[in-house]
Amino acid sequence: MLTRLLSGDFPRSRFLALALLIVFLGLAVAPFALSGARPLNVAATICVFIVLVASYDLLLGYTGIVSFAHTMFYGIGAYGVGLSLYSLGPSWGAILLGLTIALVVSLALALVIGLFSLRVRAIFYAMITLAVASAFAILASQLSDFTGGEDGRTFRLPEMLTPGYTLFEGEIFGTSINGRLLTYYLVFVSAVALFLFLLRVVNSPFGRVLQAIRENDFRAEALGYRTVVYRTIANCLAALLATCAGALMALWLRYTGPQTTLSFTIMMDILLMVVIGGMGTLYGAVVGAALFILAQNYLQELTGQASHALAGVPLLANLFHPDRWLLWLGVLFVLSVYFFPTGIVGKLRKPNP
Amino acid sequence: MQMTGNSSALAQVANREPPVLSSEGLTIRFGGHVAVNNVTADFYPGTLTAIVGPNGAGKTTYFNLLSGQLPATSGSVRLYGEDITLLSAPERTRRGIGRAFQLTNLFPNLSVLENVRLAVQSRAGLGLNLFSLWSDHREIIEKAEHFLHRVALAERRHEIAAALSHGDKRKLEVAILLALEPDIFMFDEPTAGMSVDEVPVVLELIHHIKAQGDKTILLVEHKMDVVRSLADRIIVLHNGYLVADGDPAEAMASPIVQEAYLGVGVAEHV
Ligand SMILES: Nc1ncnc2c1ncn2[C@@H]1O[C@H](COP(=O)(O)OP(=O)(O)OP(=O)(O)O)[C@@H](O)[C@H]1O
Ligand SMILES: [Mg+2]
Repeated sequence: MLTRLLSGDFPRSRFLALALLIVFLGLAVAPFALSGARPLNVAATICVFIVLVASYDLLLGYTGIVSFAHTMFYGIGAYGVGLSLYSLGPSWGAILLGLTIALVVSLALALVIGLFSLRVRAIFYAMITLAVASAFAILASQLSDFTGGEDGRTFRLPEMLTPGYTLFEGEIFGTSINGRLLTYYLVFVSAVALFLFLLRVVNSPFGRVLQAIRENDFRAEALGYRTVVYRTIANCLAALLATCAGALMALWLRYTGPQTTLSFTIMMDILLMVVIGGMGTLYGAVVGAALFILAQNYLQELTGQASHALAGVPLLANLFHPDRWLLWLGVLFVLSVYFFPTGIVGKLRKPNP
Repeated sequence: MQMTGNSSALAQVANREPPVLSSEGLTIRFGGHVAVNNVTADFYPGTLTAIVGPNGAGKTTYFNLLSGQLPATSGSVRLYGEDITLLSAPERTRRGIGRAFQLTNLFPNLSVLENVRLAVQSRAGLGLNLFSLWSDHREIIEKAEHFLHRVALAERRHEIAAALSHGDKRKLEVAILLALEPDIFMFDEPTAGMSVDEVPVVLELIHHIKAQGDKTILLVEHKMDVVRSLADRIIVLHNGYLVADGDPAEAMASPIVQEAYLGVGVAEHV
């Protein structure tokens, strides 16, 4: 049962299994274990980014495709659901319609970009995706009547997902079962399902061909695999999953705008998460996303406390000033790449059979 | 250009069956350099054709043109009479042209078994299956293990391909070709750089394929004793031109070959 669920792809390392279990259980019980809006926000963001980063790893780590258009597809998902709810009003039908339109648009774009440019050299492909993604971001902020421009759009969710809604009277473990909590579990369950789907894909005969293409595309062709077809399918799959991640994020934030979905900063973050976690292993996405988002949210406080503790020491106190948290994130990144060039999971895991 | 007295043995073969694979005026130009120049040849089932010639003669390039790794500048390639000049390499592989490379060309970070399994999987047409588990296809794995067994690499199956010795890499290259189960086998110096005790395994395999009687085999080989023991026919390439085509004894006796190739070949072999 577990074997089928994980597609036979076990962590193959006790530490990794433990780390994954902690992340999974932590996210599963987050609404009950943590109080306050912020921790739950962090947990939901981790859920969404696990899908986003894992789908990017399908491209970068498994197939060897460098794309900068991943946040564009993420944005299409977020805008699809967001604008649909904004203009049609809060209903499940609007969510479904928005998601469907977003998926179709993403698929069409990924297909066109893929067919036109996956034949060319990797560096050109990266450039083309960068150009298309930039054009899309500009378009989204220019069409401000429709998209809300730089301000984005705030919208309401169907009643069941609003904080005011309670499933039943009373509480479980001191937490009332309200619409916010239901939204969290919608995000969590969707993320788990999408992740398991990806895990299946990379362990399918198709997924094995992707690895072969990454290793030696010339040889893969000589074996009879039409690499353009495989690359294009991988490209489309990754785009569709990023679209789903964007839709989930929009639902969670009840807002969609260029800063939360289309910005190039997010693309950089995704890249960092893939590299920190480990390319070419989906579990790396889990570890990378969890660590990175925790650091992004709590490193500032941590350095603040360190600065406080070191109040007397002149230079150190300054070095740990809360405003320097980005510096420490950078240091952590450099260290992790230096000590784990294959990523944390790549280091922990025994090689593939 | 063609050798005089084109072998009678060959003519008989030619009368018996139509060629499986043929090239007509096949030419490729790299800038000013014509690496393969107007080469016309037919290849018949059940026949092993050795392709010889000095270094840089264009043997590997000719192979690349036949199996689709390089596009021809002019001329055509036919498979079972059908023009396949414009087909891509994967398409040609799917139609039965199998290729082993001179410069070992593997998936370096994948296991030995996976290297062969990918070939079996391709042959089985399973590549676009997204939702089953690769490990559930036992028959594919078993078949891959069978081919590894045939090149005496079964015990190494879980090693990473990059970790193999040169000789074992060459054997793996052959196992991958076997796993494609092609109609046309193209070997490009399969035993080059192998130690003396490894060579017989590969030669035995080629013998075996030949003994099946219906396969078309093309073999580029520098070792003259190997050519002598295996070839039904020899094609000599020199500076991109086909300078001789005939049965082994005649081809080797030809003055062009003596001058163009055997001088080099003998020196290298001794
Ligand atoms: N892609 C290429 N671009 C330019 N020149 C090439 C290319 N491939 C081959 N050549 C040239 O074509 C000629 C024939 O090379 P080829 O590899 O076919 O020789 P060969 O007969 O296989 O030699 P060897 O016995 O050394 O393997 C050489 O001069 C080589 O430099
Ligand atoms: Mg060669």
